[in-house]
Amino acid sequence: MNPLRWLGKYVIDSIQGLGRASLFLLEVVSGSRKLVRRFDLVVQQVFAVGVLTLLIIVVSGLFVGMVLGLQGYHTLAKFGAADSLGLLVALSLVRELGPVVTALLFAGRAGSALTAEIGLMKATEQLAGMEMMAVNPIERVIAPRLVAGIIAMPLLATMFSAIGVLGGQLIGVGLLGVDSGAFWSQMQSGVSFHEDVLNGVIKSIVFGVVVTWIAVFQGHESVPTSEGVSRATNRTVVYSSLAVLALDFIMTALMFK
Amino acid sequence: MGILRWRAEKLPTVIRKDILNDTRVVTGASDALVEFRDVQFFRGDRAILDGLSLTIPRGKVTAIMGGSGCGKTTLLNLIGGRLRPSAGQVLVDGVSVPGLNTRDLFALRKRMGMLFQNGALLTDLDVFENVAFPIREHKRLPEPILRNVVLMKLEAVGLRGARDLMPAELSGGMARRVALARTISLEPMMVMYDEPFTGLDPISKGVIAKLIRELNTGLGITSILVSHDVADACAISDYAYLIGSGRVIGQGTPRQMQESAVDEVRQFMDGLPDGPVPYRYPAPGYLDDLLQGRRT
Repeated sequence: MNPLRWLGKYVIDSIQGLGRASLFLLEVVSGSRKLVRRFDLVVQQVFAVGVLTLLIIVVSGLFVGMVLGLQGYHTLAKFGAADSLGLLVALSLVRELGPVVTALLFAGRAGSALTAEIGLMKATEQLAGMEMMAVNPIERVIAPRLVAGIIAMPLLATMFSAIGVLGGQLIGVGLLGVDSGAFWSQMQSGVSFHEDVLNGVIKSIVFGVVVTWIAVFQGHESVPTSEGVSRATNRTVVYSSLAVLALDFIMTALMFK
Repeated sequence: MGILRWRAEKLPTVIRKDILNDTRVVTGASDALVEFRDVQFFRGDRAILDGLSLTIPRGKVTAIMGGSGCGKTTLLNLIGGRLRPSAGQVLVDGVSVPGLNTRDLFALRKRMGMLFQNGALLTDLDVFENVAFPIREHKRLPEPILRNVVLMKLEAVGLRGARDLMPAELSGGMARRVALARTISLEPMMVMYDEPFTGLDPISKGVIAKLIRELNTGLGITSILVSHDVADACAISDYAYLIGSGRVIGQGTPRQMQESAVDEVRQFMDGLPDGPVPYRYPAPGYLDDLLQGRRT
């Protein structure tokens, strides 16, 4: 195909896809109003996408914090500022690494699972079956998952940051001999709740919306065959990761001056 | 008439069924529960249904037969309002389905059930919860009553003892029976069966056939049976349609169908490999194709 035509087709297809995804989101958001009365469905999904993702988040948070402790100490020690290690670790985690790494892990663990689950429900006619039982799958299946993703992501990101700080402390104070009082007091005075922690939480809420939206949309749009579901799962991880990284750049530029 | 019908909806199930099935009472009702009038349905440029007209009588088992891909499942999806026809009318209980808004369509769907080919059970719920699912979604029953209703439905398909099993632990025939119990849990006026016999062993086939017939006579449910399995479909149906090229190409009682002299009907009923439906997919001349020496 002529490269220009290929480019045109690619752009048109992408915009059409974005349009479909936006309409889908609108439908899901309007369908989620009814969840006020069925909050148990959301709780079940918070367990599935949140609690079951905890292990990978805790372990990753610990190791990222420990690496930050090691790398940060050696660099700061060159300038005689090793006491600021706590501040460096905490700021890196709450502003950037917490929300971003959590979102990437969430996309890989929970996002792919959501896409595969919804795709397979479509392939095995479970969604069609619900429709024929006069149950709207958007309200019953999709909306609780989207809401659960939005609730779970900031909680996971906060936990990632908290465990990361402990990991940094373990290495910095426990292994490398940074003064414990300096470690915590520098962190306390240098990290602003509004500027740093809240902005980090806002980031993770945005990532929660985007990653879960991509995951449920890809599942719902997937071709109902084993190959189709596998491709959709693949797309979820790729698109979510790219969207998280791009949005992180934009939000960082807007939030931190 | 409308008031009578509304009042009938409020009555206990047993009495209600008698009144609602009485065609003299139901508004504008005729003997036909479902009616297709000159329906066309296209997928892309390809006509799946092309001027199809048929009527499904109330309280009977009607078989819709035809080759694979002839639009039988499309027909069920049109009745259920999951698809909209390109032209023509689809009427269910005197109401035009494509013209319904979402709320009315869902209200209509509560009165119809559909048994999918593979059962379409929810894999994360056990058998009991699968049957309870539509009741929990649409009715607010106290737990002890709900339990009894579910057990009665499961007993009707002979699987009361399997209530704690997960769908993955069921055989194909059992899964379909559970799905059937779920389908009748809201006491629908009709049930659509999409290829209910496909992939089942003879015993399971016999069980499903018996259940379809029993539900029809016992509960007065109108049954629409879509199948390419001639013998099984004819054995339990009161009336049969044969669909081909998007139209009805034969209809009658199973006996009339068996005795039909129309070529298209004969080919299907006797399972002949060649006939009006050709054995070969259209292709250029064989010799030309071979001598050409390359793929075009």
